[in-house]
Amino acid sequence: MDMTHSASLSTMIGGQKGRAVRTLPLMAPSVGLLFLWMIVPLVMTLWFSFQNYNLVDPTNNGFAGLDNYTYLITDPALWSALVNTLVLLGSVLVITVGGGTLLAVLFNQPFFGRGIARVLVISPFFVMPTVAALMWKDLMMHPIYGVISSVLRGIGLSPIDWFADLPMGSVVLIVSWEWLPFALLILLTALQSMDHEQKEAARMDGARAVTMFFFITLPHLRRAIGVVVMMETIFLLSVFAEILVTTSGGPGDATTNLAFLVYIKALLQFDIGGASAGGVIAIILANIVAAFLVRSIARNLEV
Amino acid sequence: MQQQFRQKLIISIVAWAIAIIMFFPIFWMVLTGFKTEVDAVASPPQLFFKPTLESYAEVQQRANYVFFAWNSILISVGATICAILLAVPAAYAMAFFPTKRTRKTLLWMLSTKMLPPVGVLVPIYLLMRDAGLLDNRLALVIVYTLMNLPIAVWLLFTFFKEVPHDILEAGRMDGAKPRQEIWMILLPLALPGIASTALLSVILCWNEAFWSLNLTSSSAAPLTTFIASFSSPEGLFFAKLSAASTIAIAPIMVFGWMSQKQLVQGLTFGAVK
Repeated sequence: MDMTHSASLSTMIGGQKGRAVRTLPLMAPSVGLLFLWMIVPLVMTLWFSFQNYNLVDPTNNGFAGLDNYTYLITDPALWSALVNTLVLLGSVLVITVGGGTLLAVLFNQPFFGRGIARVLVISPFFVMPTVAALMWKDLMMHPIYGVISSVLRGIGLSPIDWFADLPMGSVVLIVSWEWLPFALLILLTALQSMDHEQKEAARMDGARAVTMFFFITLPHLRRAIGVVVMMETIFLLSVFAEILVTTSGGPGDATTNLAFLVYIKALLQFDIGGASAGGVIAIILANIVAAFLVRSIARNLEV
Repeated sequence: MQQQFRQKLIISIVAWAIAIIMFFPIFWMVLTGFKTEVDAVASPPQLFFKPTLESYAEVQQRANYVFFAWNSILISVGATICAILLAVPAAYAMAFFPTKRTRKTLLWMLSTKMLPPVGVLVPIYLLMRDAGLLDNRLALVIVYTLMNLPIAVWLLFTFFKEVPHDILEAGRMDGAKPRQEIWMILLPLALPGIASTALLSVILCWNEAFWSLNLTSSSAAPLTTFIASFSSPEGLFFAKLSAASTIAIAPIMVFGWMSQKQLVQGLTFGAVK
């Protein structure tokens, strides 16, 4: 009793001494810089979005009110960009989360050479976007020299001109190839923390593999799947490099997503006001997702 | 027993087939890098050919590959060092002296990651232009430092929390100042954690392609931007593209293989362990 008492006393003193360490100077640089990084561009984007501001036409300036927004909202390009953004996002999410879940279960089974197979299958995630996109565009999907074309010809089918005939499908394919390993990696990690006894018990009770998957594995993975969906959403809203080096948003505006539209407006048409309004829309979209993400991560945070 | 073996065999075949399909584009690219331009576009595609280092040599001679690789190294390592230097004191303060606000601060830091780059492209571009930092390595170092700072703080925070408090307290009793405490006691103990945080940060910087494509063009261009220049439709340089790409992704892929566990923690902010 006495011992524990003195021990808790010393931690109390230690704790008090601890509080004597001034944490403000330690925190200030990180917090300050992050605050600036968040607030300055945000305020500037909002400000510009209400201005007439064109880099090549200095006479056209001043307060624009909601003009940039009304112009943007009545512009069919915005709606097609929004649709493209959501199609890209939705397709990649379905493919990577669905495929990732199945692959995670598969790669969690014991099999020959599992270590090496796992390394191979997660490798695409470490390929930089520009390399991934060009590798697919030139080496795999090229209508004449690509491997896929050769395979199709080999089995008697006519090759597909991927980026002309199926532009969005091609971008979805490339981006899914990059993000499937991400989903797999996260879900596999989550599976490994699963309670083996529970699984054994279910197997003893004669549960079949499919039943086990739906009633034990999937509920266990629910949180991890949520995190994957939300992390991917944040990144997929800004898919840019893959589009720039393959289709440049085309043909027409078939693969122009919100990120690419803002890029075109800002850096090719120099319409800062319009681009900023597009940026604000992207921020609003991301915030809807982020609110869910932060809440789900907060639940797991112990301080 | 027999049946168990058969099941394992079937799983092996399916899993390996998927692994090979996923890895095939990378494998094919590495292979193409050792071909001549003529062999690279041969029809049907050749699996067996006379390997040559021609394309590697030409990528260096014509495009000065090493220069872009050097940019990539300077930018990723520079941004990583800055992020870690900023993150260590903050993570130390939050891990060892948590207050009521610590939880909120951590979540707020995370939320800064949620701002989509495209939403702030315009102001960052204009700020960099006015500061004369367009096509300047410093611009990317600044952006990447701030981009990775929340991840670094989070990861270091989780690693620091695993360091026994008693050891640090003992040092404090002996009169160590916070700076000494961090340098002499905490850092040596948390070195593996710091190393994996740095590794993750380098991987993310190396592969970042939104800001590098928008803020650099030639003199500060890292490999992501350099590789994008192969997308021009004039002439198809499959072998050279493959050679350049292979060296661009090789080091990071090895890093990635090494740090899978930390990667998961870092990318999910500790929500998946």
